[in-house]
Amino acid sequence: MLRWLIGGGREPQGLAEKSSVQTVGEEQIQNPYTELLVLKGHQDIVRFLVRIDDCRFASAGDDGIVCLWNAQTGEKLFELHGHTHKITAIAPFSSSDAFEEKKHLIITASADRTVIVWDCTSGRQVQKVSCFHSTVKCLTVLQRLDVWLSGGSDLCVWNRKLDLLCKTSHLTDAGISALVELPKNCVAAAVGKELIIFRLSDSNNESEGWNVFEVKRLVDHQDNILSLVSVNDLTFVTGSYVGELIVWDALDWTKQASECNFWDSSVHPDVQPEIKLSQSPNETSVQHLTSDEKCVFAAVGKGIYVYNLQMKRVIACQRTAHDSSVLHIEKLPNRQLISCSEDGSVRIWELREKQQLPAEPVPTGFFNMWGFGRANKQANQTAKKMQENTPMYFLELVGDLIGHSSAVQMFLYFGELGLATCSADHLIILWKDGERESSLRSLTLFQKLAQNGHLQLK
Amino acid sequence: MISAPDVVAFTREEELEDDLYREPPLPEEYSVPLFPFAGHGANPWAKVAGSKFTRDFILISEFSEQVGPQPLLTIPDDAKVSGTFDLNYFSLRIMSVDYQASFVGHPPGSAYPKLNFVEDSKVVLGDSKEGAFAYVHHLTLYDLEARGFVRPFCMAYISADEHKIMQQFQELSAEFSKASECLKTGNRKAFANELEKKLKDLDYTRTVLHNETEAQKKANDKGYYTTQAIEKANELASVEKSIIEHQDLLRQIRSYPYRKLKESEFHPYEPECALDQADTGCDQDSAPSDPAEPGETHLYSHIPSYTPKLIKAKSAKCFDKKLKTLEELCDVYFFTQTLDQLHHIERTFRGDVCYLLTEQISRALLKQQSVTNFLFEDVSFLDEKPPEKQYRGCQGLGQDAMDGKCLEESLTPKVVISLGSYKSSVECVPIKMEQEMEDSEEPKMSESVTSEPQENLDYLDADIKGSISSGESIEVLGTEKSGSGLTKSESQASLPVMPSPQAGRSKVGSRRTVSEDSIEVLSTCPSESLIPEDFKASYPSAINEEPYVDNDDERGLRFAPRLSPGIVDERDDVSKQESLVQVDAACCIGKESPNFLEPLPELGQKPCEEDGVVRIPPQPYRAAEQGLRGTFPAHDGVPGGLLPYELDSRYLSGSREVSKSSLDECSDSMSYISSAASTCSDRTPSPAHPACQAGERHRKRAGQNALRFIRQYPFAHPAIYSLLSGRTLVVLGEDEAMVKKLVTALSIFVPNCGVYTKPVKHWVTSPLHLVDFQKWKLIGLQRTVSPAGVNVLHALSRYSRYLSILDADSKTLRCPLYKGTVVARLADHRTQIKRGSTYYMHVQSILTQLCSKAFLFTFCHHLHLPISEREPEESVVNRRMNFLKLQLGLANEDVKIVQYLAELLKLHYIQEPGQGGSPLLRFDYVPSFLYKI
Repeated sequence: MLRWLIGGGREPQGLAEKSSVQTVGEEQIQNPYTELLVLKGHQDIVRFLVRIDDCRFASAGDDGIVCLWNAQTGEKLFELHGHTHKITAIAPFSSSDAFEEKKHLIITASADRTVIVWDCTSGRQVQKVSCFHSTVKCLTVLQRLDVWLSGGSDLCVWNRKLDLLCKTSHLTDAGISALVELPKNCVAAAVGKELIIFRLSDSNNESEGWNVFEVKRLVDHQDNILSLVSVNDLTFVTGSYVGELIVWDALDWTKQASECNFWDSSVHPDVQPEIKLSQSPNETSVQHLTSDEKCVFAAVGKGIYVYNLQMKRVIACQRTAHDSSVLHIEKLPNRQLISCSEDGSVRIWELREKQQLPAEPVPTGFFNMWGFGRANKQANQTAKKMQENTPMYFLELVGDLIGHSSAVQMFLYFGELGLATCSADHLIILWKDGERESSLRSLTLFQKLAQNGHLQLK
Repeated sequence: MISAPDVVAFTREEELEDDLYREPPLPEEYSVPLFPFAGHGANPWAKVAGSKFTRDFILISEFSEQVGPQPLLTIPDDAKVSGTFDLNYFSLRIMSVDYQASFVGHPPGSAYPKLNFVEDSKVVLGDSKEGAFAYVHHLTLYDLEARGFVRPFCMAYISADEHKIMQQFQELSAEFSKASECLKTGNRKAFANELEKKLKDLDYTRTVLHNETEAQKKANDKGYYTTQAIEKANELASVEKSIIEHQDLLRQIRSYPYRKLKESEFHPYEPECALDQADTGCDQDSAPSDPAEPGETHLYSHIPSYTPKLIKAKSAKCFDKKLKTLEELCDVYFFTQTLDQLHHIERTFRGDVCYLLTEQISRALLKQQSVTNFLFEDVSFLDEKPPEKQYRGCQGLGQDAMDGKCLEESLTPKVVISLGSYKSSVECVPIKMEQEMEDSEEPKMSESVTSEPQENLDYLDADIKGSISSGESIEVLGTEKSGSGLTKSESQASLPVMPSPQAGRSKVGSRRTVSEDSIEVLSTCPSESLIPEDFKASYPSAINEEPYVDNDDERGLRFAPRLSPGIVDERDDVSKQESLVQVDAACCIGKESPNFLEPLPELGQKPCEEDGVVRIPPQPYRAAEQGLRGTFPAHDGVPGGLLPYELDSRYLSGSREVSKSSLDECSDSMSYISSAASTCSDRTPSPAHPACQAGERHRKRAGQNALRFIRQYPFAHPAIYSLLSGRTLVVLGEDEAMVKKLVTALSIFVPNCGVYTKPVKHWVTSPLHLVDFQKWKLIGLQRTVSPAGVNVLHALSRYSRYLSILDADSKTLRCPLYKGTVVARLADHRTQIKRGSTYYMHVQSILTQLCSKAFLFTFCHHLHLPISEREPEESVVNRRMNFLKLQLGLANEDVKIVQYLAELLKLHYIQEPGQGGSPLLRFDYVPSFLYKI
């Protein structure tokens, strides 16, 4: 297409760019998103989206502004100003007190070394804490204990009223990059290459409340831990910059399984070492992890990998899912997977069980049928190896969303309300199901007609 | 939207293509008959011989105290316009009917001269000899040096078409009032200013005199007064008196009831001026601080700049002094404002009256379609200057105007109040009619006829009421002797009742007579016929007066012959009746053209039965049309648009002279057309509405470009489909002019997303973003070879799924496939349409059809929502698709067009008035194809 535009060339339909990235084409029957709303409000990269309730979400980014949006209408509800630097972490904090009405708060941390608690209903700043020695890089709310944690160069525990309950000693200058809640009042904090387990406990003094102390340091990762996700009460997973994925037992913090560089050498023994060398570490870094009960989905470099916890191996992968690093992935309830990337696109994948062919499949022809490029030959080989005993899966691209002109930092899936994506182009796009929106509008229309008394049903 | 000159071409088009697709006939209010002589290259809008000027113009005259009535200026200011028309004579005429109760001077019992703030008078007068009819607006301006301080002026809109003046009276009056108000406002200020200066002078004179007297007193110690001293004292006294008088005048002029201005009547002609008046309204002394008139600002601050002069004791009241010009009288700023307003008026009312009417009807109709009109119409012109009267016309008119016999009068101001005096005539009419009816064969007829008088009288009442209520005296200085009987209003009241072909004409007379109390009929020159002389004069070629003369002689009989052709034919179309018609026609028409004797084909007959319809200019929208159709079944069956065409073919061979002598109904009916049309004094029918004049020009150009586009590009259809289905079309090219031309051409196909946003961007040089596709549906994009240009193309390729790309340089188009039928009708490259504006209207009409489909689709409840609670969504979807495909007859991609329009309608309807609503971008995942020439 581009070639056609530039040169007025002869083969405009030769859209298949030479890149190995799988393309879905213009016809995307399974892609429900046929309507979009561009939400403008930020002046810089929007990095975070966080859901407040069923129809509201907050966005935050480098401009220090927090915006609250209505996910249905795209209406901007509030614009919260309070931070002077970029926002580094955001977490929703809903009070679950049964007796009082549900109160939605969000906590934001910024590079200006403050943390602000906002009330989402009124759009007001509830409280501001500015006693930090370093930037808070992550925030975690422990609903169960009704406290929240801030992780910077140390770990602080706060209660709802923003009283500092306790804090650890100075850990590192780099600070905590990720926090995840574990059972038994424990949290795992990723500090550089180390994974530190902290335990919160009631101190003997009743009034003091809480105490936090380090339980264990896990040093199995070769490089910085980038992602940390809790799968269930028994397991959590970490991923590192060099592409290690380790599955941990959440109770005794032992390594259950690990995949180190499994995306190339381990599963492809036949691959020449040159290739491995040529891969820059960035291309194997585990950017983001997500999981459902059975599988962990890892965004590794440009690819997406599905790791089955039971089988303890990768069951499906798309090594070049995007043109550039995948920044965020999410599993949808309907076997679908959404990924967004630095290349500015959002892609929708479906995890499909491969039709088991009794005979050995034709090595290339089979995949060509699915439109896989040459680069996927290796995946093909992987598949061939696995097909002996287990059901085989593959990730099928069912649609892509192109709207942002820069890296898509994150997205938020709102079920049938749609999908919100935020990007470095300062925009948030709300992707919606056009059919549904159309019928909703019809409904509104007839309601309005009835209101005005113009509706006569016979 | 559809205007008369173009309807001609349009209907022809329809005719040709009628076999291809069954188009619904034109709405009846648009049924404008074709001119029968079109085939001979005759211009149906040609000027009538009677008038000596080529087009309508505005004349400003003054009744000068020195030289009497004199023309001051004309608008347009072009000697060619008035031609041989005697402006001096006409000025005399129009100035001679000034009935303003303007009295300034010393009223008895008052010591000081009094200013009267008189209402302008508005008068219609006609001069058949000159072939001129005029709306005359008299106003009085104040001038300190003038006799009685007043200078009578008048502004006249002069046209050869009496109907135009009568029908547009309300509008003319409103517009001229604005101009007049502007003049008077300026004049009051100037007058006050003048008084100020005069007072200064007087003051100064007094001081000088006083000093002189004192000096004399001192110098004179003889103890007695010299005559000189007495003289001085007298002089002083008179100056004192004069000062008091002038102060009083100043007070009066300042106490002008500004409150009145703000009331309904006066619409400030200019926003800035409105402000102006609002400012000055409360306090007249503080002159408006308008930058446009620095000289006027703050009288007092400028006082030092004025050096008082000594006033000679004996002011010379002689004729050698030069009177102030109009410009001086009302200060330059206001004078130019007024001129602007007058030019505006001239533009507004330029063109044929049927053009004006059609325009007004269209706008009134469009206004009512508030749900859909934003899509393809230029709503901006609907918003501004609501045609007040028109709306009223539309509603009030409902009952009366079903058939053509209710004439153009229906357009004149209308408040339906029946006056008692007319009641009686209503009662007598049916009897009379019935009696007449007995002569004709079908008893049924009578009842249909009897219902008519009621209506006619309705409108009559309304008409009269209108003229009364308007508060101005309408004077028709008909130069004809309108028939002696006509002056008897009682007898004449029955005149409009007759549903005869000439009803229209007769009514012209009757209107004048019936309303005797409020309308003056001054007949100045003798004429034998009942037909107003002006008609004779104006349309000598087309009208044969004789039948009317006959009718005039035997008034009672008049109904019978006239009725039967019309009504008998209406009853049924049996061929037997045809002969009867011929007989009728023959008997009531003195001479016969040879071609009338041969048996007429049925089509040829139509004009006869139709002639009532044919003779009318387009009627305002009739709400009650449906109901009335029952009463006059024959009338609704005739598609008015077709008729003239048939006529046309029939008379193709006939020359003007033939038709003139041939007195059959057809020619008669045509005569109206030709006359009505020809009275247009403007040879080039031009935009009726000034506000959309630019728009009109744009449309013309856009239409022309679009025509060229569809002829030039074989892939015009998918391109247009893209626009109609809401997919942004990017026109890519290096040459800005070419790209812009294409964008202009295509812009007529772009549905508007809302009232205020026209989603067309003519020229963009930077890379496009997603936001742009939300805002714009048609974009002209620069192609450059620079690195920046590559970025532009990258963006295009990235967002290709939202775009159709028309490459103007390589003449390629990349867009989704289109297999529907709507666009084929919209953009047929073999179309016979030549003119841009005609094509534009063709497009508009098809788009309007689409709109109506979209409207139906959007507002059918069950198509979108389940009938019962348990109905599954699929069945609703099925129903919806069935409706689109079967009911609306949409094929393939046409469905998407209607769906998109429906979506826009929904959004528009749902949208709360206050908020703009965030624009959506809807798209489909459909493959694109590349089209090449």
